[in-house]
Amino acid sequence: MTGLWVALATLALGTVIGVVRLRRDGRVNDAAGERLSAADLGSELGERATLVQFSTAFCQPCRATRRVLADVGALVPGVAHVEIDAESRLDLVRRLGITRTPTVLVLDAAGSVVKRAVGQPRKADVLAALAAAVA
Amino acid sequence: MRADPRALRFGAAVTTLVLLSVLLTESFWLLAAQAVVFALGTIWRSPYVMLFKALVPGAPKETEDARPPRFAQGVGLAFTVVGLAGFAAGITPPALVATAAALLAAFLNAAFGFCLGCEMYLLIRRLLPAANMEVSK
Repeated sequence: MTGLWVALATLALGTVIGVVRLRRDGRVNDAAGERLSAADLGSELGERATLVQFSTAFCQPCRATRRVLADVGALVPGVAHVEIDAESRLDLVRRLGITRTPTVLVLDAAGSVVKRAVGQPRKADVLAALAAAVA
Repeated sequence: MRADPRALRFGAAVTTLVLLSVLLTESFWLLAAQAVVFALGTIWRSPYVMLFKALVPGAPKETEDARPPRFAQGVGLAFTVVGLAGFAAGITPPALVATAAALLAAFLNAAFGFCLGCEMYLLIRRLLPAANMEVSK
């Protein structure tokens, strides 16, 4: 009898976690503070803004995210797209508190992190975040 | 090595049903069988994935790296071993909690496509090199 309640509670909890995750996944949020240099990234900053994507070789949504960011980079002049392998840059991963891949950071021209998305972001949201970063 | 995401999802669904049955029946042997499945999935190949391959011929459109799901099978194994110890010792509450934890991960994977074990992979990779550094000091 206890087992039945444990089973029902677990499924309910799983449903709540799943729905919350689905809604939050890829949402672009404000981020404050950290500033990244070209040396940190191992690549030049974009003239107006930089999209930094943390990936792992095995993460499925990372590929789709790469396509979205490459599209945006091609669409908006002065925007660089930098992809970082999280496993080989654990120093940055720890410093920025990255827990999942893909994580996308939007940097302004000076390299300050202004926006952050965990999970695969939508193209429109990235464009909106860029508009805010460039302004 | 590459893995078929459809087969992994199917495996998660079967695992969900098995672990639900374990909670309802409190059966040591059913949980033991699932532990064997997790162990095979960790060191070799999951029987559920092989069953899917046998039922559904043809290659998937996309494949994914096999390491994270393999790692996730190991996480599942760890929980089921705790559950088995609990059932064997006649201490049911921890056995139910451990089984529930494994069920939660399997259910999230089957229903939403989230792989909790896979996400722990990066978290644990974050911790491991630091641990190594401490040892070498």
